[in-house]
Amino acid sequence: MPDTIPGYIGQSVPRREDKRLLRGEGLFVADIQLPNMLHVAIARSQFPHARIKDIDLSKALSAEGVELAISGEDILEQLPPISGMQLATPPGYQERVDTDIQIPDQPLIPHEKVRFVGEPYALVVARNRYLAEDALELISTDFDPLPPVATTDKALDENAPLLHEKLGRNVAAILHTKKGQGAEALKTAPHRLKRRFYHHRYAAMPMECRGVVADYDARTDTLTIWSSTQVVHWVSREVANSLGMPEENVRCIAPDVGGGFGGKGHVYPEDILVAYLARRLQRPVKWIEDRHEHILNSTHSRDNIYDVEIGFDNDGRIETVVSDFVVDSGAYSPIGAGIAGNSIAHMLGPYDIPNYEASSKIVLTNRTPNAPYRGAGRPEVGFAMERAVDLVANELELDPAEVRFRNMIKADQMPYSVGLTYRDGVPIVYDSGDYPKALERALEELGGLKSIRKRQKDALRQGRYIGLGLGCYVEGTGVGPFEGATVKIDATGKIVVATGACPQGQGHETVFAQVTADLWKVPIEDVYVTVADTAHVTMGYGTLASRSTVTASGAIQLASDQIKEKAFAIASGILEAGEKDLELRDSGVGVKGVPGMHISFRDIATAARPGWGHKRPEGIDAGLEATSYYEPPTVTWAYASNAAIVEVNPGTGQVLIENYVEVHDAGVLVNPAIADGQVKGGLVQGLGGGLMEEITYDENGQLLTGSFMDYLLPSASDVPPITVIHQETPSPLNSLGVKGLGEGGAIAPPVVIANAVCDALRPFKAEINSTPVRWGEVAAIFGDDPFKATSTTTTPEMEK
Amino acid sequence: MKPAPFNYIVPTSIDEALALLEEHAPDARLLAGGQSLVPMMNFRLSRPSHLIDLNCIPDLAFIQDNKDHISIGAMTRERTIEESSLVRSSIPLLYEATRHIAHLPIRSRGTIGGSISNADPAAEYPAALLTLDGEMVVRSKQGKRQIKASDFFKGIMETAIEPNELLVEIIVPKVPPGTGFAFVEISRRHGDYALAGIAAQMTLSGKTVTNVRLAACGVGPCPIRLNDAEKQIIDDGLTEKSIQSAAKAAALEVDPETDLHATADYRRRLTAVLTQQALLKAKERAQENN
Ligand SMILES: Cc1cc2nc3c(=O)[nH]c(=O)nc-3n(C[C@H](O)[C@H](O)[C@H](O)COP(=O)(O)OP(=O)(O)OC[C@H]3O[C@@H](n4cnc5c(N)ncnc54)[C@H](O)[C@@H]3O)c2cc1C
Repeated sequence: MPDTIPGYIGQSVPRREDKRLLRGEGLFVADIQLPNMLHVAIARSQFPHARIKDIDLSKALSAEGVELAISGEDILEQLPPISGMQLATPPGYQERVDTDIQIPDQPLIPHEKVRFVGEPYALVVARNRYLAEDALELISTDFDPLPPVATTDKALDENAPLLHEKLGRNVAAILHTKKGQGAEALKTAPHRLKRRFYHHRYAAMPMECRGVVADYDARTDTLTIWSSTQVVHWVSREVANSLGMPEENVRCIAPDVGGGFGGKGHVYPEDILVAYLARRLQRPVKWIEDRHEHILNSTHSRDNIYDVEIGFDNDGRIETVVSDFVVDSGAYSPIGAGIAGNSIAHMLGPYDIPNYEASSKIVLTNRTPNAPYRGAGRPEVGFAMERAVDLVANELELDPAEVRFRNMIKADQMPYSVGLTYRDGVPIVYDSGDYPKALERALEELGGLKSIRKRQKDALRQGRYIGLGLGCYVEGTGVGPFEGATVKIDATGKIVVATGACPQGQGHETVFAQVTADLWKVPIEDVYVTVADTAHVTMGYGTLASRSTVTASGAIQLASDQIKEKAFAIASGILEAGEKDLELRDSGVGVKGVPGMHISFRDIATAARPGWGHKRPEGIDAGLEATSYYEPPTVTWAYASNAAIVEVNPGTGQVLIENYVEVHDAGVLVNPAIADGQVKGGLVQGLGGGLMEEITYDENGQLLTGSFMDYLLPSASDVPPITVIHQETPSPLNSLGVKGLGEGGAIAPPVVIANAVCDALRPFKAEINSTPVRWGEVAAIFGDDPFKATSTTTTPEMEK
Repeated sequence: MKPAPFNYIVPTSIDEALALLEEHAPDARLLAGGQSLVPMMNFRLSRPSHLIDLNCIPDLAFIQDNKDHISIGAMTRERTIEESSLVRSSIPLLYEATRHIAHLPIRSRGTIGGSISNADPAAEYPAALLTLDGEMVVRSKQGKRQIKASDFFKGIMETAIEPNELLVEIIVPKVPPGTGFAFVEISRRHGDYALAGIAAQMTLSGKTVTNVRLAACGVGPCPIRLNDAEKQIIDDGLTEKSIQSAAKAAALEVDPETDLHATADYRRRLTAVLTQQALLKAKERAQENN
């Protein structure tokens, strides 16, 4: 264990953020009021696919309070589209994964055609939002509807209309990879099982929708942008490029952000448009996304079809997995091939499987663009894989738990080289952990496998249908390419930290204060943390992909190390002691074993100041300040086992989750209470997706779920009893031993529910291979007569 | 998500409201709790020229004990009904129906008059009032009409109220002794509009069912009286078998649609299951009161 550990790390320090948030004193983008501010309303396409013939803004322009109205044509010369190919894959990646990637650019406002319901085609800037929305109704349009490409099946048809004529196909990327014999190994496998699985489309629904305020200062030619985003540095870089300004002059701040979950993890057209408008009009401009817009226009996720074939032996050992899957990417692909890449890399999960082959197509359709949402490719592939493992068990009449134990990588196989490449270009090596133990503990928490099975049998005799559902996964976390941090100690002796992390509720101000306080051995009150502001650290990446605890901590540590070296050199001069005899102690540096010999950071910082009075040794330059960029060697591997008991009502098909357990390993937990909240929040989102949250389009590409009347989020009263157990195996890849955990919870619930329901309905040999699990379909499995399955006399016997 | 422009008027008496309605109908809208109307306006699906706010008319909010019936003012909040001991003792079905409406903050604003005038096919009050044989009192400048629940609900969000009329009062007969009741429903989440709901009320004299009334919500354009199911119970009593037959009959006499939340078939199935549940619960309560 590294010697930086004891102290604040590992303690559930109360969150610094909570005081302001619980008192309603947080500041969200919508709270920002600037003098003279103008408001934007955006006209959004009601057509899934249409050619824009004419947009007449004249009436809107002359409406009350309107300052400006523009369509795609008006900005064609000024504002380039968001480049599709900017997220190139790293060098090592192509060596193991065949790729054919052509990600289309996304225009800020298209001028030729619209490609999904909700895509902007014009906007109005007015004195207030009411007037802006009134003026939207005065825009007259002439759209020529084109045949919609409503599904991936349609998109892949030879005669399908093209979304992006330039690409010449409706495919943004094709990926392929192979391990061992791949599909060849099917031929020699004693058993084969083939199924199609579908994970439906749902989306991040943060409590706060997106929003942007921009303010241009002509005197200094600088822009300040407040955006509800997970990636401030990306926003400022993209705006700077678009508007031809230096990045330094475009400051982006994410104030308090009410949830992101991946949906705010990239740059959107509105980020750039609002900045552009502020500069053009030389007045502050605000755009707040309303919920209807959010559902239409902020990225959706999941929506994958998997064809999977598995080869296995008589004991249920899996010999090969062959997977061919299609991602419905919608009209653009803002995160490139990231989701499919994740799915490919995560399919084998915690299992020791010698052969594997995966191919994927990212397909363009007339739907809202698809981007990562908590889990990002893992829930989809996890659904396919973990359903398949249950089906293997059924085929051999083995317990699904037993089949998992037989295939799992054992603790003594760690570190385990998978034989695949991660999307950072590095060969995948699971770094640490005990997968079977996590499953064992999950089952124990529910009473143990034997007693669960006994209870299930007894219940069935009384006409009650109880099922056990399992779901196991591994998760690459803390992905690069880098994160930045600046650490400063000034003459007050306080330690000030800024990172590129952009929290949306994760409690970073607290977590990074804990990490920094331990690195410097100071009281946490002396550490000041700034997040999500490009003015405080030059380059940053952002908070997504379960990465910040790993990557931002790494950057804080690197920057701290640089200053520590200086601080020790200065202290050594003043205390007249060798650097080797010095230690961090009592908010300063002291001589080991000599209590009186000590100099505070306040004095060291004063000594480090430039000017006549400095006390720096020769060769040490002024100031106690450093910026570092941590480039992680590769990802750390978190993992979990989930288990749940459900009861299915044979009359109504309702699925009652009696108890849900997740045993999760994120290495060393910096703040266990926050970690707990992260996993639980994710679980609730996963359960939402498993049972109720669903974005639905009709066969013509029309979105049917445009409000919370139809898109159902779980509320507090829909959350079943949840237990989270942390199994802490420190990661050997960083000195804190941390792994990421932001996404984990959301990965398994859909498949756990499906597996549990199928387990409960074993007497009917039920198979549910798509999400969400619908009560109506579950009820139908019991037959047409709702009263039949409840009367004990007609209940079929459980097979085993 | 901002409403189209409208004129906002706040009358303080029923007469003033009626005069305003007369003047601005059919383009005016009455604002009660706003829980259904305001979202519709924000989506610009409802675009009234005038919004007549009923919230400052004290004469519209009351619960009165009138010998054989209870009178409830249209502007009485759902939450007030839920908390009324008079409602609970004299017309308990209405209390139980209220418990299924939305969440506390919504019930604290939403009104019985708003709910009934809005006539959502899945709303609880319309089905409860059909079961309770309630009557609506509506007024216009021209006078007053009293409409039975069975004549009041006309279709999806459609009632017998004319554009120049104001719903002022709901009249509900008190239940006779020996009566049991139940309101049961299934919704996808706690507090959502029901996929299907059943209101039941029955009176027993000893073991004989002297009266049974059943109505369903969420399974047709408006609440549906379940006549065949009722007849089954009157004819064959309350055996396990006759209750199941009644439940199956109920499933056949409703008229559900398929939507995003459930198929028509599933709603029929729920109708059967819920009818059975409602009858069993009402029977048990009726026996306790006998
Ligand atoms: C999230 C949510 C969940 C809900 N769930 C349920 C549920 O489960 N069950 C349920 O029944 N309801 C539910 N509702 C609706 C709720 O009960 C509403 O309050 C009710 O339907 C309308 O009542 P209101 O007083 O808010 O009326 P308003 O919204 O103010 O008005 C509704 C309509 O009635 C008209 N109106 C109102 N008062 C009168 C009157 N006196 N005379 C003539 N016309 C009038 C209005 O002009 C308008 O057209 C829910 C609402 C929400 C927001």
